[in-house]
Amino acid sequence: MKRMLAVFRARNTEFFRDRSTFTWNLLFPFLLLLGFYYIFGQAQPMYKVGVLSEQDGYISRPVFMATKHIQFIPYGDLERGLAPLARHQIDLLIDIDRAQYWVNEESRKGYMAEQILAVRDPDFNRTVIRGSAIRYVDWVLPGIIGMNIMFSALFGVGYAIVRYRKNGVLKRLNATPLTALEFIGGQLMSRIVMVVIVGLVLLLGARFLLSTLMLGSLALLVLTMFMGALALVSLGLLVAARLRSEEFTGGLLNMTTWPMMGLSEVWFSLEGAPHLVHQISQLMPLTHLVQALRAIMVDGAGFVAISDHLAVLALMSAIFLAIGSMTFSWAADGR
Amino acid sequence: MADVIEVRSLTKTYGSLLAVDGISFAIAEGSCFGLLGPNGAGKTTTIEMLEGIVKPTSGLISLFGQPASKALYSRVGIQFQHTALQDHLTVAETLRLFASFYEQPAAIAELVELCALGEFIRQDARKLSGGQRQRMLLALALINNPDLVFLDEPTTGLDPQARRNFWDLIGAIKAQGKTIVLTTHYMDEAQMLCDTIAILDQGQIVARGSPSSLLAEHFQGVLVQLPKANLVGKAVDLAFVERNQHIELLTEQLDKTLQQLLAQGIPLDGMQIKSANLDDLFLKLTGHALRG
Repeated sequence: MKRMLAVFRARNTEFFRDRSTFTWNLLFPFLLLLGFYYIFGQAQPMYKVGVLSEQDGYISRPVFMATKHIQFIPYGDLERGLAPLARHQIDLLIDIDRAQYWVNEESRKGYMAEQILAVRDPDFNRTVIRGSAIRYVDWVLPGIIGMNIMFSALFGVGYAIVRYRKNGVLKRLNATPLTALEFIGGQLMSRIVMVVIVGLVLLLGARFLLSTLMLGSLALLVLTMFMGALALVSLGLLVAARLRSEEFTGGLLNMTTWPMMGLSEVWFSLEGAPHLVHQISQLMPLTHLVQALRAIMVDGAGFVAISDHLAVLALMSAIFLAIGSMTFSWAADGR
Repeated sequence: MADVIEVRSLTKTYGSLLAVDGISFAIAEGSCFGLLGPNGAGKTTTIEMLEGIVKPTSGLISLFGQPASKALYSRVGIQFQHTALQDHLTVAETLRLFASFYEQPAAIAELVELCALGEFIRQDARKLSGGQRQRMLLALALINNPDLVFLDEPTTGLDPQARRNFWDLIGAIKAQGKTIVLTTHYMDEAQMLCDTIAILDQGQIVARGSPSSLLAEHFQGVLVQLPKANLVGKAVDLAFVERNQHIELLTEQLDKTLQQLLAQGIPLDGMQIKSANLDDLFLKLTGHALRG
């Protein structure tokens, strides 16, 4: 018993004194809680209705829009509104300037929302569309592929470089004619090739097991995975460029990955989340990777449709790589 | 013979700590130079400045008659005191990896033969014994067929037999005409291998020369050691130094000293007589034991 208590006490001391781990263990759940509170703070609406209108601030709004517990989401044009309606992401689409609405006959919630509209504004004209709900597994698969690329890229590059620096591998390599650029290039390329291969295995495995969707071009998907992996390994390099402590690097990498997990639409859509959350999420490389993968796999999007995402990923890679290789240090003690 | 390394007023400070304090020396081509000193004396800092790993605070380093530059380091081979290698690679794969960093690497087969790596060439480099590991690290240091080889405490932690094997190996490398710079804790190693040694203490060179000339300079005669217990209650009318459990007398006339001791009634039980070695020199110069 005495010996067990001694081990208990020593382990506690270790835990408290390893400051980065301790802080992380305490801080992380709070951050997670606050993050979710902010994103999903408001009561969830019962129905989501897309709105088409050219009015500023919906000056002449129909009575329907005063209904409680319905969230109204503006869409710029008909096409953009019809896509989520077909996939059951919104329940109804209304054009308040032309007193028109679209309903998906395969959607149960669409039927209910239509009943409310018919009572409140009976003069709206009905248009029917069809489209089955996208299965969650089809929706989430691109997110999981993206998340896997992120973890493998960040930890595989960031953690490995810091470990190499700490245990002297970098010092030994620095004593050879190998340049920093050659070393970094080899490290990053190796990880990119690996994560793209793993991503493809995931894609094919899911297809074989669950017949998941893959509507777009495989070549475009590989290009997107490559661009996403490049941005993320570069971020890993940036994090690890000078650090010496593995524990601290671990904490920092967690700090980088978890917000991306939450805000990059890996597990859930940010449809209806506050504007600020959307803006923050646009700063994350994973958001662009996941949105582009999802567009290719679920919507069959082509190059033009996702070129914005690819451009952002390329820009991020350039920035991370430039800063990462400029600040890169071989030495374990900063000399 | 030309000097392979020339060092002038080399200084390194870490914050307020003066690690190396304005040392100067030269190392002749084809020789083996030993850098000795207690822990924290500045050995590793000095050798790492010579290796181009640590930047000197001030002072000059010339290699092969030219100011040290990145290009010249392609003629240098280094074995660090602590080195980790990439995980999961075998000895052969590690050798090939390092060979690929150089324009004209040495033939791997010859290195395997020289360093006797044959029996564990396909093993994971992490699973080698101490002696095997040091031999592999030496092979890595030789992979660019260097003219100058740095070895930082190459035999620390090895068993006596592995150390002897390693010494033979260093002898073979020296026979190829390469210049060797090594740091060591072991005086017998320095005496065995080095043509010239420099003893460092608190960042300064306190003695430099060949082991035999240094011993001749600092010790004339032999050392007589007696257990301290023999002296209890006796007045000793001779100059001696106290060391742990015994006293030491340095004498050129052994007969006379022994007669004096007997005349003063001091028993000679447990007496040892030996000629001074580098350990004794080291103690004399730095005032503390080397392995302390």
